[in-house]
Amino acid sequence: MAERARALEREIAAEASADGRVRPQLAEWAVVGIALFYAVLLLFAPLAALARGALSRGIAAFFREVTTPDALSSLKLTFLLAVGATILNTVFGVATAWLLVRDKKFPGRRIVNGIVDMPFAVSPVIAGFMLIVLFGRTGWFAPVAEALGIKVLFAFPGMLIATTFISLPFVIREIMPLLEQIGEEEENAAYTLGAGRWRAFWSVTLPGIRSGLQYGVLLTFARAVGEVGAVLVVSGSIIGMTETATLFIFRALDERNAVAGYAMALLLALSSFVLLTAMEWIRRRASKDAGAG
Amino acid sequence: MSAARPRRAEGTEQRPWGLWGLRGAALTYLGLMIAVPLAAVIQRGFADGLGAFWRELSSPIAFDALKLTLFAAAITTAVNLVLGTLTAYVLARYRFPGRGVLDSFVDMPFAIPTLVTGVMLVVLYGPTGVLGEWFESRGISVIFAKPGIVLALLFVTYPFVIRTVQPVLLEAERREEEAAFTLGASKWTNFRRIVLPTILPAAFSGALLCFARAVGEFGSIVVVAGNIPRRTLTAPVYVFGEIEAHNERGASAMSVVLLALSFGLLLFLDWRQRRRAEVLGG
Repeated sequence: MAERARALEREIAAEASADGRVRPQLAEWAVVGIALFYAVLLLFAPLAALARGALSRGIAAFFREVTTPDALSSLKLTFLLAVGATILNTVFGVATAWLLVRDKKFPGRRIVNGIVDMPFAVSPVIAGFMLIVLFGRTGWFAPVAEALGIKVLFAFPGMLIATTFISLPFVIREIMPLLEQIGEEEENAAYTLGAGRWRAFWSVTLPGIRSGLQYGVLLTFARAVGEVGAVLVVSGSIIGMTETATLFIFRALDERNAVAGYAMALLLALSSFVLLTAMEWIRRRASKDAGAG
Repeated sequence: MSAARPRRAEGTEQRPWGLWGLRGAALTYLGLMIAVPLAAVIQRGFADGLGAFWRELSSPIAFDALKLTLFAAAITTAVNLVLGTLTAYVLARYRFPGRGVLDSFVDMPFAIPTLVTGVMLVVLYGPTGVLGEWFESRGISVIFAKPGIVLALLFVTYPFVIRTVQPVLLEAERREEEAAFTLGASKWTNFRRIVLPTILPAAFSGALLCFARAVGEFGSIVVVAGNIPRRTLTAPVYVFGEIEAHNERGASAMSVVLLALSFGLLLFLDWRQRRRAEVLGG
């Protein structure tokens, strides 16, 4: 009898979980079912289909397709562009976010805050087109680029600018809420203790925004790797020269070379999973830290 | 804190060059990366006068592309508004097998390249795909048709509503819900009268973001749509086609319309957030 009571107690304890979530009852299972069904149909089924399609000729064939010289050079270019865009957007992003949150006298603060989101709202094709207009024959910046002897369009610089543009807001938007949340008090305490602005930033601000910064950097990188519209417009897709991994897929599909296209698509999907897992890990750790603190 | 403030202001005055350097760097960066390029496209759009601008847009191909884009974005937004809110609610309130996996996978469409999304949908729903064959045998084509466009948009905009509603649900006071429950309100009444009013503003913001993203989408659509003028050619793909055809005037005219649309949406969102903050603060 006592044993039964204890078992019941355990059951009740398990039922009322710490996070306040409850087990759904019969009618509610329908609602849960709809959410799960939608996710499976929309997200998981296509993913599984791609994996099946890309591996239908075996793992060896998959590796053969993603290690051809064209495939490798496209992967290398994608990696370089993503790293470049991530560095630029991290450095300038942290500076911009800090100014937007802390610098109350920052000229044009409201407009700047609004303009930061534009790359999310602008179609990537238009992002690429902007560079065509700016650096094309009659563009505003064409004389500057010519004087400096830099080829921007259909070359690496243009692709880097395009990639940087489309991934610009992530770092800023991820760290701004954290900057607001940690407040100025600790920074001010550091100033009072005689720390310079730079020192206070490194030893007080940066640790406070670390999780957001990591998350933002990963989002930037993932977005940069996956970009197609903007680089398609500015790159000219020269095989082995200005062809990124996504453009490689684009061309493979165009040439009805499904095997190569699917293989590269699966590789990019896998790499975004690695990034997604890392992001999830950061999210979990951050929420655990917040819970502990 | 009040003691620290003057000290900080002092620091700003003592070494203004560092701060002005930082301000200058940020403004130059955003100016060169965003403001100037946008201005250039807008200037190009109106460079040949309003008449030329209007002529480009009123061509049947351009007009139908714009119509299709708005139509597909509207359907996508409606579906993801309903199912996204539902998913967020389920994730925040229930314990069920697969909850953790689903929660981690919500962001997947943001991480996966849009072109890869398109490829995945072609593999699954294409004429030779597993589900594609089934649909095809019933006379429905998904890929290279309008359903494919909506499907691609649903995929790429899946996280928006969920990720804006979820935090609100997690932060919401449970007390009201529990009180209503104790007073004998049914779960549905409870959801409709207590939960829904709390999450509706967030859901609406998410829906606007979803719409803006759907209007601009290119990577996944270019693969699944088939891009047949007047039938499955969307506005961003139209812009791409005009660039390839070296018709800068046509490309910039449509760009101006899409930019105006996304700018308007952003302004509206900003205004709504500002107003809400004022209401909550006051």
